[in-house]
Amino acid sequence: MLVMRIFKWWRWSAVLAVTAVGSVRAQDTVFTGTNKGADRVRIAAAGFHAEVGEAAPLKQTFDSVLESDLKNAGVFDVVAKSMQPQAEPAGPKQVDLAAWGGGATAAAYVAFGSFTAQGGKAAVNAYVFDTHNAQYPQVIGKQYTDVADDAAARMMAHRFADEIILRLGGGVAGIAETKIYYVHAGGGVKEIWAMDYDGANPHAVTRLGGIALSPRVSPDNSRVAFASLDKYGFQIKMYSLLLGRMVSFAPQAGTNIAPAWSPGGQLAWSSSKSGDPEIYVADASGNGAHRVTNYKGPDVSPSWNPKTGSQMAWISGRTGLPQMYTMDADGANVQRMTDGGYATSVSWSPNGQFLAFAWNRKYGPGAPGGQDIYVMDVASKKWIQLTNGLGQCDFPTWSPDGRHVAFAVGSGARGQVWTMLADGTGKHKLAGGDMPNWSFK
Amino acid sequence: MKRSSLSYRRSGAAVLALMLAGSLAGCKHKKAAAAPMAPAIDSGVTPTATISADPVAIDQGQSVVLNWRTTNATAVSIEGIGAVNPSGTQTVTPSASTNFHLVAKGDGGTMDASVRVTVRVPVAPSGDTGASSNLNGDMGTDAAFHAAVQDVYFGYDSYDLDGKAQSASAAAASFLSAHSAVRVTIGGYCDERGSAEYNLALGENRANAVKEALVAAGVAPGRVRVVSYGKEKQFCTEATAACYAENRRAQFNLDR
Repeated sequence: MLVMRIFKWWRWSAVLAVTAVGSVRAQDTVFTGTNKGADRVRIAAAGFHAEVGEAAPLKQTFDSVLESDLKNAGVFDVVAKSMQPQAEPAGPKQVDLAAWGGGATAAAYVAFGSFTAQGGKAAVNAYVFDTHNAQYPQVIGKQYTDVADDAAARMMAHRFADEIILRLGGGVAGIAETKIYYVHAGGGVKEIWAMDYDGANPHAVTRLGGIALSPRVSPDNSRVAFASLDKYGFQIKMYSLLLGRMVSFAPQAGTNIAPAWSPGGQLAWSSSKSGDPEIYVADASGNGAHRVTNYKGPDVSPSWNPKTGSQMAWISGRTGLPQMYTMDADGANVQRMTDGGYATSVSWSPNGQFLAFAWNRKYGPGAPGGQDIYVMDVASKKWIQLTNGLGQCDFPTWSPDGRHVAFAVGSGARGQVWTMLADGTGKHKLAGGDMPNWSFK
Repeated sequence: MKRSSLSYRRSGAAVLALMLAGSLAGCKHKKAAAAPMAPAIDSGVTPTATISADPVAIDQGQSVVLNWRTTNATAVSIEGIGAVNPSGTQTVTPSASTNFHLVAKGDGGTMDASVRVTVRVPVAPSGDTGASSNLNGDMGTDAAFHAAVQDVYFGYDSYDLDGKAQSASAAAASFLSAHSAVRVTIGGYCDERGSAEYNLALGENRANAVKEALVAAGVAPGRVRVVSYGKEKQFCTEATAACYAENRRAQFNLDR
């Protein structure tokens, strides 16, 4: 059985962290995932109180997004709606803590509040109370105001959810406000699209009318780097999310694909300017490009260690079928991580400990098995398989809190973007698309 | 499909060459023929034609807006662009200085007008450019090219040239040696299995392996351009072994 307790590091104290490290070494398994080895916090989300009228449909959106965010977070045991009181307490005076904390509900915490909308403006008073602390029950009290529309109701729910996750989930910021960038294929073209982390609000970012691949959003969420095909082959292109238009990236000779951001804002990518695909590093405008690999054969798909910025994982076909490697960011200290099969599309976890990648361990003509998502512990090279039987899985990408992995199932126009917790549970489809990339924050 | 997507820049240059060679004499001839006929045939009104360009001088790669106006014309064309509306505008990106020659034909005769767009070309580094230029030599037809030069196929997840691939490369090299004006692109392709990013790198290695074979056989590297398409532009989309093999290729095309 794969026991997972990495997230204890964030959830609990330094003392527990030491215990967790000790147990990783003691057992012959890989540890990843979300909140394993500790009970999930049981929380109930009451329907928010709303006066009828303008607020009613928006409150429905708010309630369902909040519940979905808490369920998605992976650190809560969210009370089913059928198991909790029907009451929609508007504020501290109305909430009956005994009803929420006792009986079948048995919630340790309850989230509740009021949603008002008037004259095009919406306001949310939101609380989280500890059901077993009658004297000082308030854990969170927040007010959110925004315009009164569906998108704003959704965003306020995301902000409240992230606040709850931050407070009750061990001080790690939630991901409800993050975006996923991906490739949308249709009508013979591939464009870069973006959506909310939960699959809502999918929309086009680029409208170039060609083939755009491998979107990678910068650590400060200001730019998206991607590869775009023109008459002279693939080039790295840069789109400014702040300016809403393309910005320059110095043209490079050869085929240029698979960009990756360092946490400090440098770009690594695969360029064949020397006649052979090698990993290069340059600044965000493509200046000062220098090569960090030097070996005949495909070298592609770099991914920086987001924790340190001093290492990279990447994929190389130098010995035949593609394998996963790591190296220092200057190209030194090359280590092969996979021992066979067909390994591609590596993504380094935010805490620096894990590599998520796509792997077909029995690759070859007529071989059984498929391409699935795996996670490997960098230090021990031990791995676990996270998907099985979904179809051809590829392009895993970590959420900024390290608790989730989004990935592609299938490719091209038939591709779908899925997400799951980093222990492989909670898999669900988000949208049609390919090559997802989760924003840094 | 690739051929039709060639940029106007290059085709414009080729057209310019044709125009310079043929049309200067041609338009004089037309004028000479039209002038005596106009008074003889009384039934038509002589067309009018004007054309302007804005700006009239550009740097290479920039665009110009052509603006033309004709009256009493039944057929209007601009050499290098083809048949056009009696009046209109069009944005063009000539790669070299060009005379845009407007010809308006009507019942009352023919009238023409031209405007010259000057393209400031950066001074090219001196070297071997002359011999391989499209302007000076004939690349021949695509059909003749593809009859003589076959695509190169690859094994599973491999960019090595096997015996068959080596002989295909050798045939291509000897064709290129015999036709010094021909320049080629080599497109690298992969089958639909595997990962899209990795396949782009693999396609690059495939196309490059063929280029290296050509260069080793004496073809100037400047005549060979490599483009990797990975699995983005597949020839065959069925999930069969034959189809996969069909897609694992380096494909030659004329680089016009």
